[in-house]
Amino acid sequence: MTDKIKTARPVKLGITFISRSAPYGHNRANLCLDMALASAVFEQDVSYVFLDDGIYQLLKGQNGGAIQSKTLGNALETLALYGIEDVYADQQSLRARSIDIADLLPGIQLIDHGDISKLIEGSDTVFNL
Amino acid sequence: MKFSIVIYTAPYSSESAATALRFAKSLIQQNHELYRVFFFGDGVHNASKLTIVAQDEINLQHQWHELIEEHDIDSVICVSSALRRGILDRTEAERHELDTASAHDSSEVAGLGQLVDAAMHSDRVVNFG
Repeated sequence: MTDKIKTARPVKLGITFISRSAPYGHNRANLCLDMALASAVFEQDVSYVFLDDGIYQLLKGQNGGAIQSKTLGNALETLALYGIEDVYADQQSLRARSIDIADLLPGIQLIDHGDISKLIEGSDTVFNL
Repeated sequence: MKFSIVIYTAPYSSESAATALRFAKSLIQQNHELYRVFFFGDGVHNASKLTIVAQDEINLQHQWHELIEEHDIDSVICVSSALRRGILDRTEAERHELDTASAHDSSEVAGLGQLVDAAMHSDRVVNFG
């Protein structure tokens, strides 16, 4: 990769991940996490939004061991260690599923659809999985 | 415009893998630049060379291979997704002492850093899955 190509876009991108699948039925949630972590490791500016059934990834007290899986919630608790601090739960998705923010892992901020739109608009790249 | 494409789905199971292929062909026809194709999750199956389809059906994996070869496209198979799904290039097959490689050699087995790099150097990253 030449330096010339590298300067074609800003070195630090705003990348937003929108994770909208429940944690254990399909691997989309894991794929989204892997992409977010890789982006953080490569020093991109990551925002992470949990929407629709993606909300279930944030519930406290998960035990993936019961189905021989890794516990996704444990990995999500380490996001701050990777420098991912903008972690949001969609308010409407919570309400539709009767989930209270107190049921969620610590460090999650609430966000509404208007602010999600602004976040998308302000991002260089969005991954929606 | 400079595009990268991410494919999350296996061929034949869902239409999106075939849609991604048609999208890639259209980009090239319209003289856009395809910076990278990234096969992720179940999408790695699109890079398998050990496929046989009925005569009146399309071999999507072979079509990807031909397109990648013909236009010298930078194509990456995510290593962690690929190994657990049996998609191995020669290097990985030898490393793990398996007697065959299963990935088309037109694609390279590499890590998620290549996806972050694609996001950094493309005007658009388009996801299929």
